[in-house]
Amino acid sequence: MIPFSYAALLSLTLPEITVAVAGFLLLTLDLTVLRKSAVQVRFGAGALIACAGCLGAILLLHHAPLGTLPESMLVVTPLTHTVQIALLALAILTVLFSTASRITGHVGEYLALILFATVAMMFLVATQNLLLIFVALEFLSLSLYVLTGFDKRSRPSAEAALKYFLFGGMSAGFLLFGMSLLYGLSGSIELPRIAAAFGGPTLDPLLLIAIVMVAIGFGFKVAAAPFHLWAPDAYQGAPTVSAGFIASSSKVASFFIFAQVVTVGMTVAGAQRVGTPGWVPVLAILAAVSMVVGNLAAIAQTSVRRLLAYSAIGHAGYMLVGIVAHTSWSLTALIYYVITYALAALGAFGVLGALEAEGIDKLSDLAGLYRRAPGLSFCLLIFLLSLAGIPPLAGFFGKFYIFASALAAEPQLRLVWLVLLAVAMSAVSLYYYLRVLKQVYVADGPKDAPAIRVGLVPRVTLWVVAGLVVLLGCAPGLLLRWIGVQ
Amino acid sequence: MLAWTIYLSFLGALACRLSPTKAMARVLALVTALAGFALSLITLARWTPGELLTVTQVAWIPQLGLSYHLAADGISLTLLLLTGIAAMAGILFSWNIEHRTQEFFAFYLVLIAGVYGVFLSFDLFLLFVFYEIAIIPKYFLIAIWGSKPHDAHGENAGALREYAAMKLALYSFAGSALVLAGMAAVWALAPNHNLSFEALTQASFPAHFQMWVFPLVFLGFAVLAGMWPFHTWAPTGHAAAPTAASMLLAGVVMKLGAYGCLRVAMMLLPGGLAPWGFHVLGFGSWRGVFAVLAVIGIVYGASVALVQRDFKYVIGYSSVSHMGFVLLGLMTLSLIGLDGAVLQMFSHGVIAGLLFAVAGRMVYDRTHTRDLGELSPMRLVEVIPFAALVFVLAGMASIGLPGFSGFIAEFQVLVGAWRSLPELVPVAGVGILVGIAFTWRALTKVFYGDAPDDVPKPALPPITLPEKLGSLLLLAMTLIVGLYPRILMDLIQPALQSPLFNGLRLGGPR
Repeated sequence: MIPFSYAALLSLTLPEITVAVAGFLLLTLDLTVLRKSAVQVRFGAGALIACAGCLGAILLLHHAPLGTLPESMLVVTPLTHTVQIALLALAILTVLFSTASRITGHVGEYLALILFATVAMMFLVATQNLLLIFVALEFLSLSLYVLTGFDKRSRPSAEAALKYFLFGGMSAGFLLFGMSLLYGLSGSIELPRIAAAFGGPTLDPLLLIAIVMVAIGFGFKVAAAPFHLWAPDAYQGAPTVSAGFIASSSKVASFFIFAQVVTVGMTVAGAQRVGTPGWVPVLAILAAVSMVVGNLAAIAQTSVRRLLAYSAIGHAGYMLVGIVAHTSWSLTALIYYVITYALAALGAFGVLGALEAEGIDKLSDLAGLYRRAPGLSFCLLIFLLSLAGIPPLAGFFGKFYIFASALAAEPQLRLVWLVLLAVAMSAVSLYYYLRVLKQVYVADGPKDAPAIRVGLVPRVTLWVVAGLVVLLGCAPGLLLRWIGVQ
Repeated sequence: MLAWTIYLSFLGALACRLSPTKAMARVLALVTALAGFALSLITLARWTPGELLTVTQVAWIPQLGLSYHLAADGISLTLLLLTGIAAMAGILFSWNIEHRTQEFFAFYLVLIAGVYGVFLSFDLFLLFVFYEIAIIPKYFLIAIWGSKPHDAHGENAGALREYAAMKLALYSFAGSALVLAGMAAVWALAPNHNLSFEALTQASFPAHFQMWVFPLVFLGFAVLAGMWPFHTWAPTGHAAAPTAASMLLAGVVMKLGAYGCLRVAMMLLPGGLAPWGFHVLGFGSWRGVFAVLAVIGIVYGASVALVQRDFKYVIGYSSVSHMGFVLLGLMTLSLIGLDGAVLQMFSHGVIAGLLFAVAGRMVYDRTHTRDLGELSPMRLVEVIPFAALVFVLAGMASIGLPGFSGFIAEFQVLVGAWRSLPELVPVAGVGILVGIAFTWRALTKVFYGDAPDDVPKPALPPITLPEKLGSLLLLAMTLIVGLYPRILMDLIQPALQSPLFNGLRLGGPR
């Protein structure tokens, strides 16, 4: 029996507990006191509780102790704190965006699910135990399936949820199979011990199968091609806020744990060269395919959300480059990239969410938007140019950092081919982002289209996110210091 | 103080966007451009020849060794002056813009700010940031305010304009993607991961590394300098752009590319110019490859300009031809050739601005056609004699008559080439001859055509005061530099002899 301190467990998980309690509280209040109130009031009150819970957790995280629980159940480091704070901040922004949505009368359930998904992600980033990773990942996925299908009145929403669920379930199977092989080969479910078990110079063929299975499983979660098929439908069909949440928060958490599993759990199997077996070539192929498929398919899209979905697949490719390089620099580059990407993607979905009431989904519906909503148009300009990697916005620095750190990985310049491909594909990506902006700024819309009104809370939130994207682009040092780059 | 050229332009852009009236936006833009030019002039007055003036140097992203380092040497200063002049002239020639005026000047000034930033950056990363800032405004300037090509009407016009804008943006971005890849590679190998020019010029990169990174970076920048065969964005982009934007594109933005070739590719990676040690298709080094491409550009641009029907396309292709001289000058690797290249950047910036002003603003905005066949019967010399006069003078400058800036620049390039690349000089000479031919053809067709007596002369609005001011400003510049080139040569030559270019001078191939 392993000695286990419940006091330590409590002190380490206090932030998670806070968020979970906030979720239950808002569920209860919404079902009792606020039952008769208007949807708007319920959203307001619910968002207040949710934000309070997240903010409380952020404050707790600032003073929370570091430490490890037995069997690597929880491995709390400054870096996991940082990522958890980023996840909580993204959750707050998502909740604020959701206040304007009119998709549902089940306010309490909707907001609570966002909070529960956030709890799952907080656990996900803070554990190095295969079992807990799997449980947290499934907890997260289940919340996301429901969030995707939340708009009961919409057929696409239901279809998207079903597709997402079926693909997700299958990927969980792959992941679990891969994890069982890892356990069978190493006799442990702790990532550091698994790494220690694979000390030899040769690579067990079974381990290779395990690597491929784990890569497939996580490939589904992060929507890397060729396991991306659920993403366009989910992004298009899901309620806008849910899609934004899937594109931002869950991306951060999934990429973080993906990097953890391969870099901590399979250090040795991560052979230095792409040509030798291990997880590096597997992920390098995933990265290359994602960049090509995502960026080329995005060109052909006529729906803005599908375009964003395919661009997300392309971005997943760039982020995988950071994992493939697996130096301490490239991993911080990955975290920087995924956080700034999440901000820009969430912002872009925030803009689309504000347009949802107008029924705008097709690219051509955006024509003349600059006249109808100059503020929204400007925010969209910032977000899309950041995704395209135009300085001085955050996305540009992220790209430079990830590419440069990949080239600097020893032996130097071994990843040149991957970086050149990434750079070429990012030149392609400007084309489709400009296509959207062309509709917004250049095309003339219908002459008598009325101005679009946006509620105060989403509007302020949008400007805050846009401000963050500009700020992190002009002063990347702020986020870098916070991630812990010296 | 020089840094304020950048900040003022950004602030001016913001002020223009927020200004309540169109008139106010115009005045604000002009004041901003004037202030930028004045700042460069004041700096020039206080400047001692050969000095490397550090403007700002602070740590920017210390974790990655990147600094916010603005500085200016003679080359930067020359091009800063050019930017100021072109910006002022462009604003004067777009005084008549009525469609979304505030936004027009906002985008215009953001572009100017980016250009100032590139010329002032002394850190590779910073230079790249400003270089990319300049891309997006170009797209919107052309896509929103551009003019339609001569053979397009109605619905089609907008699509072609957007095509030109997209083509230009993608060419620029693809070029800068190559530079980004090269920059990331340089960062990976640089000692202490420091990207400041001083550190990079002292670092010794392995020869094979320079061999493959140099062409990447040079090509990336040369796309924007209109190097054949990557020039095709230039004629379509110039022709579709509104007058001020084509003035700026040909006048300054193409120089960004050439400046990048010199300042980044050649200054930082001089080893890439050395002979390969083997021959492929008769080429023994990247220098030979790029020199031949430059000369092809000179002849090809001039020849294609000779057969264009669209007035703006004539000038667009002439830009390709003249930028070929810049690239040829760079590839001579001799002091006189490099000096000529930088002088040609300045000279072409002024002259191309003038030519586009005549074609886009004075002629097209009045006649609404750029077709040489349609312009010819109008015999415009009798209707707008001022435009004819300006075009005659600009044409003379363009073909390189002594007394204008084009002469001294191209002369130096050819002298430099004569020493180091003698076999290419006759070809470039042919390009000059064709250049005379197409300028003559455009001049006679547009202004001195045969007007049948029974066709009444079109009644066109007279040339306005801002147009006259802008023309005089640009004409004065080409004449001053043409008659007294030393004012710029005293800036450029000491800069080329500074330690920064040691690698190119000492380690460069002989």
